[in-house]
Amino acid sequence: MSVPHSIERTVAAEVPARAGAGLKAEHVPDILETRPDIGFFEVHAENYMGAGGPPHRHLAAIRDAYPLSLHGVGLSIGADRPLDADHLARLKALDTRYRPGLFSEHLAWSTHDDIYYNDLLPVPYTEAALARVVRHIDQVQQALGRQMLLENPSTYVAFDASTMSELSFLERVVAQSGCGLLLDVNNVYVSAVNHDTSPEAYLDAFPVEHVGEIHLAGHAPDVDDAGRPLLIDAHDREVSDVVWRLYERALVRTGPVPTLIEWDNDIPAWPVLLVEARKADALLASAFEGPSHAALG
Amino acid sequence: MQPLAELQRGFSKALLDPSRDAPAGVCGPDGAAAGRRFDIYRNNVVVSLGEALAATYPAVQRLLGEAYFRALAAEYVRAHPPESPVLLFYGAAFAGFVDAFPPLAGYPYLADVARIEWAWLQAYHAADADPLAPETVAAVAPEQLAGKRFVPHPAACVLSSVHPALTIFGDNREEAGAAGHGGRIDTGEDTLVTRPRWDVHVRALPPGGAAFLKALLNGACLGDAAAEGDRAAARLVQEFDLVGNIRGMLSAGVFQKIA
Repeated sequence: MSVPHSIERTVAAEVPARAGAGLKAEHVPDILETRPDIGFFEVHAENYMGAGGPPHRHLAAIRDAYPLSLHGVGLSIGADRPLDADHLARLKALDTRYRPGLFSEHLAWSTHDDIYYNDLLPVPYTEAALARVVRHIDQVQQALGRQMLLENPSTYVAFDASTMSELSFLERVVAQSGCGLLLDVNNVYVSAVNHDTSPEAYLDAFPVEHVGEIHLAGHAPDVDDAGRPLLIDAHDREVSDVVWRLYERALVRTGPVPTLIEWDNDIPAWPVLLVEARKADALLASAFEGPSHAALG
Repeated sequence: MQPLAELQRGFSKALLDPSRDAPAGVCGPDGAAAGRRFDIYRNNVVVSLGEALAATYPAVQRLLGEAYFRALAAEYVRAHPPESPVLLFYGAAFAGFVDAFPPLAGYPYLADVARIEWAWLQAYHAADADPLAPETVAAVAPEQLAGKRFVPHPAACVLSSVHPALTIFGDNREEAGAAGHGGRIDTGEDTLVTRPRWDVHVRALPPGGAAFLKALLNGACLGDAAAEGDRAAARLVQEFDLVGNIRGMLSAGVFQKIA
């Protein structure tokens, strides 16, 4: 019953330009039994950093049937401290074992003074932070021997210290590190509402030629001290109508790209998540009818 | 301009300390105050880590009620914040924290229930290994058996409690296969946790069984471990059943091979 550390996969590693779903442990039996026609699954790398047991057994079975995207949430790329070498080694081991088609992480920090805060904390857009982030992405790409995608954040606060826009920061990170981008359309909307800016303007200026994946998720409404709308990146419900419309707008510029539905809290039954993925597939297909449609498979 | 390290230090200190204001240099749109906005981060940290603890300690949460457990978890998060991004293993110090938490002094069995839940989690994520086959043991010449030592299975763990911790654990977890002796509230229970294949098994050990298995897990030979089992059972004025204990350890998958 011992599992080899690297398995020759019969299913291609490449993640297709279709909809996929974030894999939740409670959905695995349903998925393995019904074998839904879905483009790919994405997992949070940190959930598979135990030595063995059912999580690895389930992920191996999923990977035998579907392309996989590996999404890190704990590397703390935006922290003013060196990357955790042990954590990087754990990511490398997962990358080697499961051969995911994509690897992504966040423009955020989560660790300081050896405490891990388990939240994606915001980075000030300064020259110093830029240099840090580029150095860390370099290190990740060297260690994994592949390009990574960096996800645009959802944020609730801004920093007086910032000297450039988020888009300028991302563009310069890409130019200096050679990484790709994960465009989280829900994050775009959440941040735009929270900072009273235009999500359309952000999307229209996003460096789409570097986008390797799109994320969609649900958010929760709240208000700030002054009673202004404040959106929480909660991943606890369906994708909102406004985010679907922004997704369509983004697709016009990005062309067909793998699109993930994230639903991490108040997790619904598997068929509900599958319906969300089908909606994304329909928009992908209708956006690219004609010559490019065949490429959607 | 505030250096990055200083900014992140201020931000992170305020995350776990609700008495602090939002850190300097943090703002809403048009430079507006960031109080509630910063509180979202504070809330995310404490709530998400509390959820990680609740996932590991569902029986303790059920015993205390969700509201009490979440308040206790928030105290634990501030006292023992995680040091690793691998939250699968967050909460190693929780049983000790519960033991030393004065308001819970009237519930002395809680910490031992938490210890069983922690062992369950370790077994769930332990490295996969085939358990020692009974035929392998049967093939050893009887006169050599007493001198044999065994290699522990990565998932195996033995816990002793002066409380009926296993019965309480079994009554408050959804997983099947967890059952204590269901006996009196003033008697202790010894618990064996294993994962021979994919399911975690939690079972009560007979008299002397814990001393016997702990000795074997620590590298003693079978003969010496049986003597430990004898002594422990005798203290309870009970018989130590060597054959039954060997059979039990093989069926539970406590070992992976003969050393």
